Amino acid sequence: LLVSAEMPALRSAEKPPIYRDVRFLRWAGQIAVLVVVFGTVYWLYGNVVTNLRSSGLPTGFDFLDRRFGAAIPGIADSANFSITQAFLAGYLNTVRVILVGIPACTIIGILIGIARLSQNAAVRTFGMLYVELFRNVPVLLWIFIGYFVLGLGNLPAITDEVTPLNTFVISNRGIGIPWLNPGSSGMTFVAFIGLGMVAAVLASAYRGRVNAKTGEPARGGLYGTIAFLAMLVVGHFAAGNALALDTPVIDGRLIGGGMTMDIPYAFLTAALVLYTASHVAEIVRGAIQSIHKGQSEAANAVALSTFQRYRFVILPQAFRVMIPPLANQYLNITKNSSLAVAVSYVEITAIFGRIVNNATPAVQGLVILMALYLSFSLSISVLANFMNRRLALESR
Amino acid sequence: VSQQTEPVAMPTGPEDQPVAADAPKLPVRGIKELLTDNLFKDAKNGVLTVVFGALLLYVGYRAFGFIFLNTKIGPDGLPRSGWEVVREPLVTYMVGTRFSRTGIPFSYLWAAIYALALSLGFTVGAGSRKLLEPVDVPLRTTLGILLPPALGAAAILSMTQTITPTLLTLAIAVPFVGGRMLAKVLPMALVDRSALIATALVLLSFGLITGFEPSNVNEFGGLLLTVVVAASAIVLCFPIGVVLALTRRSSFVLLRPLAVVYIELIRGVPLITLLFMGEFAIRFFFPPGAGVPGSIPRAIIMFTLFSAAYVAEIVRGGLQSVPKGQIEAGQAVGLSPLTITRKIVLPQALRTSIPALVGQSISLLKDTSLLVIIGLFDLLGVTRSILANTAFVNQGFTSETYAFVGFLFWIICFSMSRASQRLETRLGVGTR
Repeated sequence: LLVSAEMPALRSAEKPPIYRDVRFLRWAGQIAVLVVVFGTVYWLYGNVVTNLRSSGLPTGFDFLDRRFGAAIPGIADSANFSITQAFLAGYLNTVRVILVGIPACTIIGILIGIARLSQNAAVRTFGMLYVELFRNVPVLLWIFIGYFVLGLGNLPAITDEVTPLNTFVISNRGIGIPWLNPGSSGMTFVAFIGLGMVAAVLASAYRGRVNAKTGEPARGGLYGTIAFLAMLVVGHFAAGNALALDTPVIDGRLIGGGMTMDIPYAFLTAALVLYTASHVAEIVRGAIQSIHKGQSEAANAVALSTFQRYRFVILPQAFRVMIPPLANQYLNITKNSSLAVAVSYVEITAIFGRIVNNATPAVQGLVILMALYLSFSLSISVLANFMNRRLALESR
Repeated sequence: VSQQTEPVAMPTGPEDQPVAADAPKLPVRGIKELLTDNLFKDAKNGVLTVVFGALLLYVGYRAFGFIFLNTKIGPDGLPRSGWEVVREPLVTYMVGTRFSRTGIPFSYLWAAIYALALSLGFTVGAGSRKLLEPVDVPLRTTLGILLPPALGAAAILSMTQTITPTLLTLAIAVPFVGGRMLAKVLPMALVDRSALIATALVLLSFGLITGFEPSNVNEFGGLLLTVVVAASAIVLCFPIGVVLALTRRSSFVLLRPLAVVYIELIRGVPLITLLFMGEFAIRFFFPPGAGVPGSIPRAIIMFTLFSAAYVAEIVRGGLQSVPKGQIEAGQAVGLSPLTITRKIVLPQALRTSIPALVGQSISLLKDTSLLVIIGLFDLLGVTRSILANTAFVNQGFTSETYAFVGFLFWIICFSMSRASQRLETRLGVGTR
């Protein structure tokens, strides 16, 4: 019979002293750091309150009801706004930049990204120059170049304005573009645009079902567009000649009619779009290059055209890779819209910049500003996550 | 701004891919093949070539005229070069308008540059001796890396009045090469301390730049301010970022949320709001009666806090790329968690993060242009004081001024991204 030697106990019976017990030390260490952090924050908060009181500044958020006291260009009666209303107007101005900026930088970025991969040396060189030129210079400098050099320096005065095709007005007071007829009932027409979109979705869904049943080509995009345009024409007559565009005209020293983009807005948005597009182009190029070459070759083998190859084979796969970095760029263009403050376009950062000079506590103003920007970041993140889930590869 | 992850990590094309030595040689392609395959394959391709070729030629033509044939009529009716706006106030572009108040002689600045070159040369030499297998760097690659900064230096020096700055610039090669050779010949024990030696040299050059009087920073302007703010923020944000990343990845349930909240909060807001905070609000956080640092140190603090959040995310990515087996191997040989992190995880994580960290440094450098919005005289800020100068005001010098500043930014950022691509291939990130 084998008699084993007595095994020593794996753990000693007596507990280690508490100052050597890892579990205790971990918690004690964390609590100590936490106490230090919160202590510092509490101390800083105390300093803020003391300092605000001693300089006669309010410590709460009551200042929001005070008068803003400065006019916001392009908004009637803005001189009488309260600070809350001013922030709201600034918020809408930020949204105006983003709504134009995000689609525009995506489209230009995709085109440049594809151009960089072109077989044609001239096209490729153009794409390369564009990307290297725009992304290696600060966006603020592009905004300055747009606003101070091109905008203020080169645009004609309102008295000798340029009116290409008699439908646009280009002058240093603003750029007028034709817009919807203000005499029509706008809401009715907008409702018809909505109906048109529904009709387009229904039409392409119907064609999809026909395709599944009979095998004839679906052409969903074509039928959807036709349905949308049909709805638009109906809306045009229902809303009283809504599509008869209202062209801008010179009205003394102002631009009347149509829609006027003021110079800071036009050049800020253009600079942001061109700069961000160079980053988007690099993302697009990287994503396309990450698609296996065989996909391209397969598309060529079944004789797809270049457009079809990108539209049906490469881009759908590339989008999957692109979405997270693309969302990052959308966040960037949103945050960079704050640089409007340098060209006196009044959006939320500019509102903040004005109120802090106006006996308003900077700390609270900053809290509001951060909250507003977080609202943009969160909505873009939510959208990106949604797209990510939609496009995610169905894997087992 | 900033926030952008610079896409330096992307492959730049087939020519960057490593090619096996025995790979079949492609047939040599001449002009004829270039024309038929690349430019005029079919009608559509030909149209594209003509349109884009014309566009490129036109841009080149305009750029040539702008750079070399730029003449304006001055107020006295005499022609003057458009680049006078760069040539005359060149010192202002470099160090700002108030630098003379500091009493720092220019020889100190040159000494600081030489100390930096020595430090850089030593680091490069030590790095290639310690980390990497010896590689024969083809002359073309070396030239490709050296060309952009050399071009930038040549452009600036062509604007100087005397020959001295040119000679002093050429002399930078001496400490750089000296540093490299020093790293090759010194005993290995000293080379192992290369980080320490390089840091000491950097600190020395910082002391020289500020004349050993830190408050002198408040009088800085121009390129000097841009570089000092960017460099200080990059150096200071790195340790904070690493600690944040480690905390975010750690099992400290009480501390993790703090790191997450800090990183997401900072990344959620634009940099300019943080700079406004530094300019207008930070004084409220100091105890009553305490002295508040000047505008430029406050800006450096805000840049540091801002960049730390982005560095943390980059390092977190690097930490995630370290296989779990590495940590388990460390545990198996009985290393303490701290030693595992310091000696096993971090070195591998940081190596993976280097390209992204360079990208972050580039965007931080570009972000320093925001200093002009809070009223400081950085590279972009000095353009305002120069354009308001009676010699140049309202005489159409705006485009030349911004073009020169843009060129400086472009050269620095482009050189950095090229160097980082090179580093990336040498480190073999993603290929091992």
